[in-house]
Amino acid sequence: MLAVRELTKTYDTGTAALRNVSISIDEPQVVAIIGPSGAGKSTLIRCINRLVEPTSGSVELNGENLTALSSRELRKARRHIGMIFQEYNLVERLTVMENVLSGRLGYVSFWRAFRRNYPPADVAAAFRLLERVGLEGRENTRADSLSGGQRQRVGIARALIQSPELLLVDEPTASLDPKTGRQVMRILVELAKENKTPTLVNIHDVQLAKSFSNRVIGMRDGEIVFDGKPKQLTEKVLTDIYGEEDWSTEAAGGDDDDAPAAKASK
Amino acid sequence: MSAETTAATTAQWSRPPLIKSTLLRHTITVLGLLYLVWSIGSLEVNWERVLDGLPRASNIFTRMFPPDFSRWALLTRGIIESLEMAFAATIVGMVLAIPLGLCAAGNLVPKPVYLVARSIIVLLRTFHEVIVAIMFVKIFGFGPLAGVLTLIVASVSFISKLIAEDIENMSSGQVEAIKATGASFPKMLLYGVAPQILPRYLGVSIYRLDANIRHSTVVGIVGAGGIGATLSATFSRYDYDFSLAILLAIIALVFIGEFFSTWAREKLR
Repeated sequence: MLAVRELTKTYDTGTAALRNVSISIDEPQVVAIIGPSGAGKSTLIRCINRLVEPTSGSVELNGENLTALSSRELRKARRHIGMIFQEYNLVERLTVMENVLSGRLGYVSFWRAFRRNYPPADVAAAFRLLERVGLEGRENTRADSLSGGQRQRVGIARALIQSPELLLVDEPTASLDPKTGRQVMRILVELAKENKTPTLVNIHDVQLAKSFSNRVIGMRDGEIVFDGKPKQLTEKVLTDIYGEEDWSTEAAGGDDDDAPAAKASK
Repeated sequence: MSAETTAATTAQWSRPPLIKSTLLRHTITVLGLLYLVWSIGSLEVNWERVLDGLPRASNIFTRMFPPDFSRWALLTRGIIESLEMAFAATIVGMVLAIPLGLCAAGNLVPKPVYLVARSIIVLLRTFHEVIVAIMFVKIFGFGPLAGVLTLIVASVSFISKLIAEDIENMSSGQVEAIKATGASFPKMLLYGVAPQILPRYLGVSIYRLDANIRHSTVVGIVGAGGIGATLSATFSRYDYDFSLAILLAIIALVFIGEFFSTWAREKLR
């Protein structure tokens, strides 16, 4: 399905964000990419739909070499790649419905897009998706009056109305509180599984990555240092990815059940 | 008293000065004051001429009262012409400013296009309206056409410069998201850029309409049509009572424009 081969990105500033990264996804699965800030996670997924132009290497999606496409062909290819962002990146002053329908921009003419005259099938799909992400009845709300969790749900609907063959997700929960973050991840993963869409998710939160993915890729300094099942993420592996740290989830002295803090939280 | 509290009461802090060197700071202050004294001294006001002018001024002002509204038809025609000039210039300016403004946004277009568009804007802004109006009057003759063209030049440069700056400050994330759906450049402008700049575009245009109403009276004085042309004629014919009527009408017009502009821009926020 997706084959990333020896992808390298060196920014104009000389920073090597990606060094010879190769990934292959052969079945519809949710792949979490974890790693410290600056490891190249964001660059990696932006190089796949070429929002960032890779320096060398290739990306192949369902037999099509994305890195070799002309700009017109690239626009066509992007129609099949959904993307979800950390800061939601909704068009703030447009309504929820316009934001969701903007996922179909690659298919409608300029004039129809201008008049917001989308084909009935697209509008029906948009209503269905809004209901699915729990925003029924909110289609005429302006995006800038929604909460963070609601915005990300609109972001998910916008990506999924593309009927994507690949979902690229960049830190979907980093701007959300833990509960909303888990809810958003759950919807995202459910929809990806229902539609059998292979999904690449950059994520900071190791716990979320473990709970919601089928496969975890660990990156450090632009290279892949781990690729395996979530349960293989041992303390040693986390140290390889993030560097030395005490990875026990208990608070220091956490084995002491009578600690006042533990009592207070019960 | 403990040592700690003593230290606390004597603690001092003052904001670091903008210019570090004390000598330089004082030199600049002294030079600034000297220049102020010198420039006031060099004004060379000819007090005799001022004194001569005073009776003339009082003569003009007495002959202005009471304002003469009897030629109201002429007055209204002038006002309407000025308003028409202002509206036409604003609308044409709004349309022309869109392509020019887009081309002058460094984050949307290649560098050469940007430089050409910026140069055009600078060129259009170089000369004051009155100078542009005189030029157009020389080319197209007296009348409102020269006035409208003058106001169009001013409107295009003003609106396009401000929307270009707004585009450069917009959120790139929204544009990135629209690009990622496979939208073409025009559709990206429509969904990614337009919603972000629309409120400011309209606000700036309304402000420009207000400015055009004021300037339409000025360009008339050099012969470019409108109420200003009528006003200029009354002065040369010593019809000072009619002049005052026109001036009062212009003041009323500018007030209305100002209130409308403030109200409309408040609504857009």
